[in-house]
Order: sequence, then C-alpha cells, then structure tokens
Amino acid sequence: MSEVIIPGASGIIQNEPLLWEKGGKGRRGMCVPGSDVPAAELPAALCRGELDFPELSEVDVVRHYTRLSQWNFGVDSGMYPLGSCTMKYNPKINEKAAATPALAAAHPMLPDELVQGSLQVMYELQSYLAAITGLPAVTLQPAAGAHGELTGMLIFAAWHKSRNSRRTKILIPDTAHGTNPASAALCGYKPVPIRSGPEGILEVAAIEAAMDEETAGIMITNPNTLGLFETRIREIAAIVHAKGGLVYGDGANMNAIMGIIDARRCGVDVLHLNLHKTFSTPHGGGGPGAGPLCVSEELARFLPAPRAVRDGDLYRLDWGGSDSVGRVHAFHGNVSVLLRAYAYIRSMGAENLKKASQLAVLNAAYIKERLRGTLPLAYDRPCMHECVFSDAQLQEHKVTTLDVAKRLIDCGYHPPTIYFPLVVHGAIMIEPTETECKADIDQFIAVLEQIVREAAENPELLRQAPLRTKVRRLDETLAARQPCLCGS
Amino acid sequence: MRYLPHTDEEIRDMLAVIRRGSLDELFCSVPDSCRYEGDMPLPPAMDEWQLTEHMEKLAAAMAIDDKARVLIGAGSYHHHIPETIRAIMSRGELLTAYTPYQPEMAQGTLQGIYEYQTLTSRLLGMDVANASIYDGASAMAEALLMGLRVAKKKTRVAVSAAVHPHYRQVARSYLAPTGYELVELPVGEDGRTDPALLASLGDVAAVAIQSPNFFGVIEDLEGLAPLVHDAGALFIAVFSEPLAYGLLKSPGACGADIACGEGQSFGMPRSFGGAALGMFACRNEFVRNMPGRLVGQTKDLEGKRGFVLTLSTREQHIRREKATSNICSNQGICTLIASMYMASLGASGLAELARLNHSKAEYLKSGLHAAGAKVVFSAPTFNEFVVEFPGDFRPAYQRLLERKIVAGLELGRFYTEHAGRYLFCVTETTDRKTLDAIVAEVNS
Amino acid sequence: MKEFDELLFNEEFRYTEEHEWVSVGGAELMVGISDYAQDQLGDIVFVEMPEVGATFARGEQFGTLESVKAVSELYLPVGGEVVAVNEALGDSPELINQDPYGAWIVKIRPSDTAELEQLLNAESYRSMLRG
Repeated sequence: MSEVIIPGASGIIQNEPLLWEKGGKGRRGMCVPGSDVPAAELPAALCRGELDFPELSEVDVVRHYTRLSQWNFGVDSGMYPLGSCTMKYNPKINEKAAATPALAAAHPMLPDELVQGSLQVMYELQSYLAAITGLPAVTLQPAAGAHGELTGMLIFAAWHKSRNSRRTKILIPDTAHGTNPASAALCGYKPVPIRSGPEGILEVAAIEAAMDEETAGIMITNPNTLGLFETRIREIAAIVHAKGGLVYGDGANMNAIMGIIDARRCGVDVLHLNLHKTFSTPHGGGGPGAGPLCVSEELARFLPAPRAVRDGDLYRLDWGGSDSVGRVHAFHGNVSVLLRAYAYIRSMGAENLKKASQLAVLNAAYIKERLRGTLPLAYDRPCMHECVFSDAQLQEHKVTTLDVAKRLIDCGYHPPTIYFPLVVHGAIMIEPTETECKADIDQFIAVLEQIVREAAENPELLRQAPLRTKVRRLDETLAARQPCLCGS
Repeated sequence: MRYLPHTDEEIRDMLAVIRRGSLDELFCSVPDSCRYEGDMPLPPAMDEWQLTEHMEKLAAAMAIDDKARVLIGAGSYHHHIPETIRAIMSRGELLTAYTPYQPEMAQGTLQGIYEYQTLTSRLLGMDVANASIYDGASAMAEALLMGLRVAKKKTRVAVSAAVHPHYRQVARSYLAPTGYELVELPVGEDGRTDPALLASLGDVAAVAIQSPNFFGVIEDLEGLAPLVHDAGALFIAVFSEPLAYGLLKSPGACGADIACGEGQSFGMPRSFGGAALGMFACRNEFVRNMPGRLVGQTKDLEGKRGFVLTLSTREQHIRREKATSNICSNQGICTLIASMYMASLGASGLAELARLNHSKAEYLKSGLHAAGAKVVFSAPTFNEFVVEFPGDFRPAYQRLLERKIVAGLELGRFYTEHAGRYLFCVTETTDRKTLDAIVAEVNS
Repeated sequence: MKEFDELLFNEEFRYTEEHEWVSVGGAELMVGISDYAQDQLGDIVFVEMPEVGATFARGEQFGTLESVKAVSELYLPVGGEVVAVNEALGDSPELINQDPYGAWIVKIRPSDTAELEQLLNAESYRSMLRG
C-alpha cells in the first residue's frame, strides 16, 4: 500500500540541550543599561550568593527557543481537533491589537482619566459579552474558565447568604468538566452527580428528584461535553429556581451557539466564557486565557469590583458596593487576552460570529456523518460543535484509543480529546472548529479511516506510534514514581 | 470573512451529506424558547485596516501612554523587554499550541516549562516550582489554602498588612465561603511586619509575608522564619517584584516553605495588569499538596530524555472535588517569556539589573529627602519606597503630569493612616533627568 | 489487563467487595489489595498511608493508591489500630503490582475479630469477580 503524502507530516528535528547545558560564563543575551546614578549598596546580610543561572548570548537564546518551537505543534501548524478546547485559528491582527504600545504600557493603578483607552476597551468588551450571552452584567477579572467558575460559585454563596439560606450541595451532571466539582468544592459545596439520560442529555426527572432546599443550584454545560444541546434546560432551570437555587452555565462551548441561543432565555443566571476558545485568543501552550463572567441583573451587585462603567463621555472604574464578592485578580484580569478577544469581535461583527457558530456545527456534523460507519458513535443525536465516538470496535483488535491518537500524530494531526467525557468508553472527542475548510476535513477523515483500517490489518503500526516525533512514547509511570521536577 | 474558509458550494455539499436543507436546520434540537431573538447588538465588522485605525484611536485616548514616565510599581513594573522575546514568543508553534496533553508533539512547551520550573526554583531557593498559576494574588490565595490543607485541622491563616492590598483582598474573596479566618499582622514603625502578635495567635496554619513588601521594604525573612515555625505554621514568602531576588537572599535560604508571587517583571508588559504570571514554589515535602500543573523529566521508549505533565492525580480532572485546586490551565506562554528573560540576563545580568534598580531608587529617595520629604520607613528598600512631603504634593504632581511624569501612587485609598503619602517606584527605565525633574519640582 | 483465569488469589485471606484483602490469625493482621485491584489500577506510583497509632472503623478510608491517571481509595476491612505501615512502599510502590499478596500496606490490631466473619473468603470473592 503506497503511503498517503500528508502535508505537514514530517520535518527537520534538531537536537537542543537544556538551557543550563549550554552557553558559557560571561555571555549575556540582553542589555543592562549603563548607570547614570551613583551605586548604592544594600546591607550584605540581605544579599544572596551567586545565582546558579546559565549565561547565554542572544543567538544562544534565540536558537534554543526556535528549536524548541520546532518540536511543538500549534493551530498554525495544522488541524488541532481537540474536543472541548476549541482550537480555532488565532488571527494575527489580534496580536498587534494586544501589543498597541499605549495599551500594553498601561499601568493598572493609574487614575481613570489617564487611561481612557484601556477603560473604553473594558467597557465595550463587557457590553459585547453581555449582548452575546443575553446576561447584562459582566466582570472581566477571571483569568481562566475555572477562575470564572470559582467566581460564579462565590456569587452563588454570597447570594444565598444574602437571603439567609444555607445550602451545602450543588448538582453537577456526569458530563461536566472536572473543574466544575473542584470550583464548587472551593466554596464548600458538596457536588451531587447527576446521570445523563440514555440520549446523552439531562432528564427533567433526575433534576426533580435531586433538587432540594439544601442545594445551591446546578452547574450545567450547554452544549454539553458530548456535543449535545441540553434541550430540557428551561424546564431544569425552572425546577432549580422554584426550589430557591441558581443556574450556572459553563460557557466553555459557547462557540456553537453565538447568536443562536440566549442564555438568559434558557434560564441561566451566571455564565462564564472562555475567551481563548470562543473568541480566538491563542492558547499559548496552556495559557493565559480569560474567563469573564456574565450574570443576570439581579446578581450584578455581587460581581467582583472594579468594573468599567461609562459616565457621559468618560469611562471610569466602579468600585462596587458591600455585596460584591471582592476581587479575584490582582488587577483587571488578563487584559492582553481581553484585547485580542475585543479585536476579534470587532473584526467579526454579529453576522460573522453567528456564521462561525453555524460553520463550527456544520463541520462537526459533517465529520460525525462521514465517520459513523468507521467508528461507533457514542450517541446518535444531532451534534453541535463536536462529536464523540467510542472505542468499542477498536477493542476487537486490541488497539486502544491512545494508539489511534498516537498514530494520528505520525500522520500530521493533533489528536482529538481522548478518554473524555468519562461517560463514553475510550472516548474520541472531535471538535474541528469553523476555521477548518472542507478539503482539510476530508483529508482528516480519510486519515482516520486509514488508521481504523490499519488497526485491523497492522495494529502494531498503531501501538508503536508515534515514530516521526522528537521523542517516542514517554514513560509517565517513571515520571510519577520518581518525580524529577527541577533540573540539577 | 477571512477566518471562515467555507465557500457557498462547500456549505451546500456538506449540508447534502448530513441531509440538512440549511445552516439553520443544524440547530433543530434547540427549542424555540431558548433561541436568540433578533441579531446580536454588536458594532459592524471592521476590516484589518479599520481595526488598526480604531486601536490607534484608543491609544490616542490614553493621556499616559508608552512614552510617559510612570513611577508606580505596586505590583506592576516597567522594565525593558528585549526584542528577542517578542520575536520568539510570536512563533505559532509555541503561541497557538494548547496544554501539552500529547507530549510527543509538545516537547517544546514541555521542555520550556521544565526550564522555567528549574530557573524559578533556583531564583527562589526552593526545591520545586509549578508550571505557574494566574497571578501574584491568586498565587498567595492558593498558598494559604495549601497551608490549610497541610495543617489539616487548623482554620486560621495570618497575612502581613504590608502584603499588597489587592492580594489580601483576593485572599479574602477566596476564603469568604470557607469559614477559614484571615488575621492581619500589623506593620512596625520601620515598615517591616511586626511579628509580636504571632506568638499569641495560636493554631495558625500559615503566615504570609511579602518581601519586598508593598512599601518596597525588605522584610527580615530570616528573622521571621523561626517565629513562624515556632507558631507551628507554614511560612509563605510572597513577592510582587521578583527582580529583587537577583540581589536579595532567596526566600528558601531564609527558611520559607512556600515562595509565591507575581512574575510580570520578567519580560511581560504591564498591560493594565495582565496577562500576569503567578510564580509558585515550595519545599519537596509539600509537593503533593501543591496546586497547579507540574512538568517532569522522564524517558521515552528508546531511553531518550523527554518531558511530560506529571503528578496529575492532584488535579481537578482526576480528583475532581478533592483536587488541590480547581485550576486547569497555567500561564503557558508567560512561563516561557519569564524563563527566556531569566536566561537572557543570566546570573550576572540579573544581579546587575537589580543593583541598577536599587541604585536609581536610592538616588530619588535621597534627592527627595534632601528636598525636605520624609522617608517614612527606615528599613532598607529595593526599588520602591514611601515618602511624605512637607506640604501638599498635589500641585507638584499635577505639574509633573503635564510633563508626562506620573510621580508615584498616593496611598490613602489603600491605607487611611498613610493618606497623603506616596509610594514611588524607580526601575532601569527611568533616567536621571526625570528623577532630577521630580526633585526640582518638590524643591520649587 | 489480565484474563480472569490469570488472576491470582490467596486462599488464606479474606476479601472486601472493594478488593482489599486481610490476613487471618494472630494479634496483628496485614491489609493489602488483591491482584485484580492492582491489575485494574495499572502501574501504582504512590501510596498514601496513615500514621502508626491511628484508629479506623471497619470500612473507613485509611489511605489512597495512585496510578498515573487515577486515584483509588483504600478502606479498612476490619476496624482497629494501625500498628505498622509498609515503609518499603514509599520508595517502591511497584511492589504492590509485583506481589499484591506479599506487599501489605498496613498492619492493624483489630478491635473486633468477629468482623472478619463478615468478609468474603477467596472462593466467594472469586465468584463475585466472575459476576
């Protein structure tokens, strides 16, 4: 069988040691300005001995990180269908916007009248996110989705406290991200797991049975992590509200529903957005992200302060009242990430944002349809922005989901999310996003079909993969048994 | 729209495969009652050039821009950033990757974080640093929670009143629903934390001291450590200006159990307070109680060195509500920026730059003192200090502002007892001429 | 993972439904996990053990086992006081994978040996696993 030539599947792999294994004493990679003041001394007792740092020239440093970058794969390198992470293209103009010199240099504690540009961006971004979600009050402080969740749970606790209601539990569906129970637990709530029904979505009866007056509310991801819309959300919200609870919307999957769903109409009271997912800011190898939180009018007074407001022609920070849950960030959140999301929304406008959601769903639905004969679907329902397959068929060949993922790497793709959500055995969760074109998706489908054929015909090829990367499969057991977390 | 690659024909073909008549039909599972009514009220789309022009307008609305001299630090510092950082960190392979879930195709990110963990550990004199958390404030809040986890049955933590006021606010927000109590330790006459209260507190899980503290004062960490440990508490050393440790004895060498704080100084612009970098390190014995991601060294099938995320059983995706934290990300690219900055300066460069910051701050401090201002705290300071002017400083502040010099931060909003006093920060970015101008204004 | 007929059992021990085993006879009883449990967990990388002197009721959690991607809680088969923990597991948690019935985790002085009667013997544990 002649091998398919896949663009981007192979390249030069250069060796590169650790930073402190190169360089030489006396080199320097950065200027230190000359002094124009007399030298001052600190008491010797306060000072350290020599620091054990490498000494490198500028070219040493540049080559080091260039080589490291070549062992990496990003959205700029190729398709990255990592489910639940929304690895869409990160527009380059956003980088320039975030680096706008006057905004990048802004000190966060300057008086309002000196930083009108920064405040205007914050104010406008708050209003755009309110418009997109239908929830009118917004804080930009949370630095990531999980940070938004924590802020949301702080608001749950503060709201219940203001009503003298003591609640100790929170409902969390089995399809939730692990951050949900962890965030709720930080606020003293005991998570009560709710099982999804046979169709992969929540059933009203399950909520009815679990919701009581000791329960603070529910955390619900919609579309859920199976990529399915929770169609009963309004009835579920009504039950929770009737028992004096609140509804938290995990907006991690907002990319599927911009301009299509109104969170407020769904009965959601609090919702966080992941700007690094839905609003195209780069993931940076793990961050920084941003997780603004949007809430109903009724809950606005509990939001962290300060928030940007507008008084006539002037923007200013509003320091909130005594109901505010307080600060969750040292300053105003990851503002450089906010700026990128701002630039994206201004570039797209309402029409293109809605189209982005439609195309994200189209791409996922297309993959689901094309691959349904190749891999077993976890739930055969109309999907939103992602589709989930199980490993039922792979098991026959003693091939695992992990093996398929590793073989995809050799074929030039970042694998989908695997083994999540937990409710699907050996889950393969594919989220193509709207920025992949049909031809690239067709090629991805062809490669996955080829790999499933290989699983039957030549399973060893999968078990040995990857072969074309800087390193082969890594020993994670060794890493955990004898942790080596710091170079010597 | 240039980010949306589908042609009309492709959309038609794809809809045909999934047997849908239109894009709207894709959402047939959504009840009408959940639908967005009308169009989202957003401004019209801009092309690339309109957006650039718009950003320039926003920049022009900044009375204080990148050309101004801002003598405020207080947790956000102006340092020169080498051009190499902008050039390298804009590489898509690093910038547009995600969490290294597939280590074989993320060795760049992983080795980069491992190097960051190592340099951070060495700088802070600790055994192990994590792959970072959000910012200095959440780093301290997480450290306090970690102290409570390690101590198990205790319910109280103590934080110096000289810790950045915003960091203390964040800690209070985090602790509010938990029932844990946060006690503040007062600041002594010389600007250092007064530990007298410690002995009487009893049952404290952790004590957090910032050095240099919010007033720029270098705390006596070495003297405090035994007192904290005698009280049976973990010692948390906090910082907002890591550059100080190019010169100062490390928190680890002073006896700290956890060292954490803000890393923005290492190659990141102030950017109105973020993206920030929460640096977090501790002694080995506490590693399993640590929040956040960790990268570890291991071997591949052929025995080649490689790196993976490890000790993940602490984290939310495995331990869910019993995790050490709810954090699911790290400040990824900021960690690489910080280690590139540390590596570019090297040991001697970091020391020289720290010394330069200190010398410049001392120059302004003595100039203002000579001009009649009182240096409020007598203990040594690094690149920040507090002064009290003999008269009303506001007119001079205004005149300097007109020359695009922001002469310090008035402290009344943070400490009523320090109303009318100013916190100044001087880094290598401020030249002598500017410092002389401030002194001259005070003299006039 | 092992097929059912590859699994090892110690015929002398008693078992819980959570897959812990406990030795029988003597003033001090050893507690560990079954071959089935270690096989399900995969490579064990860390054992969190209680302090010597701690007492637990029957069924109470006394520690955890960690593999690379899972955490498993350990429950005491019979109530009592912990009189020893297996220090060797600190450096070599893999001993549990290698010899699950030799690598005891804690030794306990049971408060009521009658509780042993309520546990499964090897035969009934085997049929429980067979399902």
